[in-house]
Amino acid sequence: MRYLPHTDSEIQDMLQVIGAESLDDLFSPIGQACRRTSALNLPQPMTEWELDRHMAVLAENMGHSQQSMSFLGAGSYDHYIPASLKHLVSRSEFYTAYTPYQPEVSQGTLQAIFEYQTLASRLLGLEISNASMYDGASALAEALLMALRISKKKSTVALSTAIHPHYRQVVATYLQPMGFHIVDIPWGKDGRTDLSHLPQDDLAAVAVQSPNFFGCIEDLSRIAQAAHDQKSLCITAFTEPLAYGLVPSPGSQGADIACGEGQSLGIAQSFGGPGLGMFCSLKKYMRNLPGRLVGQTQDDQGNRGFVLTLATREQHIRREKATSNICSNQGLCATMAAMYLASVGGTGLRELARLNRDKAEYTKNAFTSAGCSLSFPAPTFNEFVIQLPRDAEEAFCQCTEKGIVPGLPLGRYYPQLSDHLLVCTTETKSKQDLDNLVKEVCS
Amino acid sequence: MKELNEIILPEELSYSQEHEWAKKENGIIRVGITDFAQDQLGDIVFVELPEEGTEFSQGDEFGTLESVKAVSEVYMPVSGTIKAVNTQLEEKPELVNQDPYGQGWLLEVTPKDPGEMEKLMNKNGYFEMLKGDA
Repeated sequence: MRYLPHTDSEIQDMLQVIGAESLDDLFSPIGQACRRTSALNLPQPMTEWELDRHMAVLAENMGHSQQSMSFLGAGSYDHYIPASLKHLVSRSEFYTAYTPYQPEVSQGTLQAIFEYQTLASRLLGLEISNASMYDGASALAEALLMALRISKKKSTVALSTAIHPHYRQVVATYLQPMGFHIVDIPWGKDGRTDLSHLPQDDLAAVAVQSPNFFGCIEDLSRIAQAAHDQKSLCITAFTEPLAYGLVPSPGSQGADIACGEGQSLGIAQSFGGPGLGMFCSLKKYMRNLPGRLVGQTQDDQGNRGFVLTLATREQHIRREKATSNICSNQGLCATMAAMYLASVGGTGLRELARLNRDKAEYTKNAFTSAGCSLSFPAPTFNEFVIQLPRDAEEAFCQCTEKGIVPGLPLGRYYPQLSDHLLVCTTETKSKQDLDNLVKEVCS
Repeated sequence: MKELNEIILPEELSYSQEHEWAKKENGIIRVGITDFAQDQLGDIVFVELPEEGTEFSQGDEFGTLESVKAVSEVYMPVSGTIKAVNTQLEEKPELVNQDPYGQGWLLEVTPKDPGEMEKLMNKNGYFEMLKGDA
């Protein structure tokens, strides 16, 4: 079977209607230099079972194959996804639903988003949540733009260098062409953002990540205070929302906006995406919120119903003055996060978070006993940095040969940290796995 | 929506091309939107106004009016410094619809150049402009 949408005779019919002799004739306005003359460099077709085998061989080479053991975190986390979730999300009502262009007839979709918003704002300790954004990095960029809108005349934002390097790249892509200034704030000896380098003028927002890229939990209330002293907004980004099952939420510490990646909440790592951009804020900033928003209301007979609300912020009404040029959301991933949070519940989330933290603490102790040192003394969640007596890339290569991905060698993003390794331990790792990791890294 | 001849246009006010009205009293200029503007917008649900003490030039955007179907910017009919804003509109934005020339006023300005008032339209000029638009 050929998976092509048009038959030869359909193509002929269409060519005839527009008055072209042939496909070559149709494409003739495109310069020769821009047209491929040779065939595509593709392997021969395979049978389904050959293809299946081919994909299995490829998968075996992956760090996340059954044969290997990965301690990589750094923005994407290996958490167990309950079997119930896979079944629920595979229901076609969720799985095949498209963006609600005629929202009121999609009550189920809207209710799922509303429940996601409710759970997200409770987890992050803030009053309102949008329907989600594409991923953590773009959510942070949107948060900074929102702060710049709120501050009106200011044009500088301060960004901790302990924020995920990819996130900082995305922020630069969004902000620099618009003429805004980004000031990098370094981290201190304890692994947390050093506020003494905060600019004193024209500051619209201070953005940190907590737990930060080194796994360290930032002192959010102090950062919020420093931001508010300058009448600027405190933005807390995150890559690991599960941490808030245990550590105080950004909202409770004074953050004005909390935004980040929700992949940990029941979404597969899937080679890096799709993710879930979570975005919460205070009610007073509601009209500056990017993205869409679902609200609960009553119909003319008093029945509960859901609507897309405050749409006048959005680009189909406000055009160039819209709060964002993205007014879509990650519907399926947000639904998965809502299902995950509802499945584990408040107590389950706390237990799960404690399990992650405890495994990391156990591993930290094991590493120090084996002769490595902890790079930073600040408290951590399920990720931490160790300093090795050798180059981290060397240890990385040695471990991967034995089927262990020991973590991320930090020299790739921070050249001064070339003998440092970022290690992540989640609930999926057993004591034996952890002991084995320490043995291999330190041997 | 109202027919043009149903639009209320008080005699004593000055009018801008952007559908704001201005009224001078004791050296202060009070600003709002016209009956035509509120009628076009429909039910107003949110009014965003500037802080007191902010300076604007004539024609500057000073705030936004959000109705159930659209968002519109509002523009300064004269240059000056904001002396007061109508804080009642935070809770009752519908006053702009119900009483655009009274309780639905938007702000008061200390004018920079009193001559600018002369350049605004009177009732008849504004009405002619509306007829041209319609």
